[in-house]
Amino acid sequence: MYSTDLRTDKEKKSADQQILDDAELWDTFQARIDNGDTIEAKDAMPEKYRQTLTRQISQHAHSEIIGQLPEGNWVTRAPTLKRKLILLAKIQDEAGHGLYLYSAAETLGRSRDDMVADLLSGKAKYSTIFNYPTPTWADIGTIGWLVDGAAIVNQIPLCRCSYGPYARAMVRVCKEESFHQRQGYEIVTTLARGSAEQKAMAQDSLNRFWWPSLMMFGPSDSASTHSSQNMKWNIKRHSNDELRQRFIDATIPQAEFLGLTIPDPDLKWNEERGSYDHGDIDWDEFWAVIKDGGICGKDRIQARRAAAKDGVWVRAAAEAYAAKQSAKEQVA
Amino acid sequence: MSVAEKYIGAKTPSKPETIYMLRLADNTLILGQRLSEMCGHAPEMELDIALTNISLDLIGQAKLLFEHILTLEDLAPNADVLAMTRPLEQYTNCLFVAQPNVDFAHIMLKQYLFSTMQKLQYEALLESRDETLAAIAEKSLKEIAYHIRFAKTWLLRLGDGTEESRTRMADALDCLWRFTGEMFVRDAGLADAVNAGLSTDFTQHYDGWTLEVESVFTEAGGLTPPETARMIMGGHQGQHDDNLGHILADMQFMQRSYPGLKW
Repeated sequence: MYSTDLRTDKEKKSADQQILDDAELWDTFQARIDNGDTIEAKDAMPEKYRQTLTRQISQHAHSEIIGQLPEGNWVTRAPTLKRKLILLAKIQDEAGHGLYLYSAAETLGRSRDDMVADLLSGKAKYSTIFNYPTPTWADIGTIGWLVDGAAIVNQIPLCRCSYGPYARAMVRVCKEESFHQRQGYEIVTTLARGSAEQKAMAQDSLNRFWWPSLMMFGPSDSASTHSSQNMKWNIKRHSNDELRQRFIDATIPQAEFLGLTIPDPDLKWNEERGSYDHGDIDWDEFWAVIKDGGICGKDRIQARRAAAKDGVWVRAAAEAYAAKQSAKEQVA
Repeated sequence: MSVAEKYIGAKTPSKPETIYMLRLADNTLILGQRLSEMCGHAPEMELDIALTNISLDLIGQAKLLFEHILTLEDLAPNADVLAMTRPLEQYTNCLFVAQPNVDFAHIMLKQYLFSTMQKLQYEALLESRDETLAAIAEKSLKEIAYHIRFAKTWLLRLGDGTEESRTRMADALDCLWRFTGEMFVRDAGLADAVNAGLSTDFTQHYDGWTLEVESVFTEAGGLTPPETARMIMGGHQGQHDDNLGHILADMQFMQRSYPGLKW
């Protein structure tokens, strides 16, 4: 997930101005893409392609790492031993995805340290969904069900994207996300079939996470200026609205099955389209969260900065120890 | 009887076997819970995964033990109620495992000292009269071997790394050492378990353990345990320090807030 271009128009323009590739490279490169070739790390590629992917993959990696935090909020309070174990394993998977994706991004020439520095300075973006709080246990279920569900819809086409290292990473990530989505839905199912209090908890969580989950697919097509180039390069295969619709159509029957209500009074089945019509998404809220971090953005970055700060002396110690060991070996 | 009265507080174990196993389960549960606090906050992303992994192992071991205890004595309707609803004084983990994370030096030293003890404690269960317990011990020992390897590597790196890391490790040793004696105390709980054929007396290896960990301290930048006039104890008897109540406030939050529900 989390591959939507979240830069403001100003940021995009300034990045574009820096890129002046020769036309010949663009043409031969496009021919390869049109031919269905997979682009590998050492292949020639337009600088714009490299930049777009570096931004997208690193943003995806940041989202996985930041995404540990809202769920981590419930690790020590998970209601049963089994739930605690599953949640720990899930968060561990996400940290693994983060590392895997940073490695994929590194094949494009930027170091993980640089990318993480951008995250910690606030320069790099990550999915806005993780700036929403998780006040109740039901949110752990909802995140698995909706957030990981949306991630899967978005990521499955990426398994066939033109950049090999990213496509291969996505294959593995999707397999694990599918497990995450099922365990989330199972938590929500248990709540929906539980006491009135538990059902209310599930409904409240759905109310809070529904719209932010729809925003995960990014701005609507009419407002998304960069989609067409990414489609030409086979980085993106479907438009934001197309993917969003796919997610909505898949999720509504799941909510109905549980007797939960989607918090959208305008939602109705459109016989002609064979799809659901939905109400307007509050894009002002979306852009506001991108700009100010919403409820939890500052806390998320503070938590990662604190972890990074704790890492400084640990890394220094590991390096000093390694140097001492290699000096000893040389003497021997 | 209300649901709350019915579910809050499992019964106190009365058999030597269940008393001893509850102690083992509480040890790994509380240490696993402590480690899980680091999830998303460890000093490196790779370390985050490693600490979560150890936490998963420890809580998994606790789960197996709680489930097995319930087959021997009807203390609670399920393992979650047994693990998560007892009043503080009924938890019988040693004080050592509840000590705060503080920093990565504390975390690694605590893990190393606990896991090297746990190895001896669980090897003493391999010939147990209780075959299920022996099987749990055998499975756990594979995990413990990894925990020791991981923690020892970091103990050496931090002890023999920079001045700062050595100072932090020395501070950790100064804080934690006084709680290590309780892990090896041969109290009535252990003696009864030995008499019942549940375990051999692993505390006979205390001197060997001390020599082993001290040799690692020496290798780790010449660390030495502090002079300790006496070891601090009480956890096995349910007499806890300031830490456990806070751990339970988190761990028991859902079971206490919504007693008797399925999750």
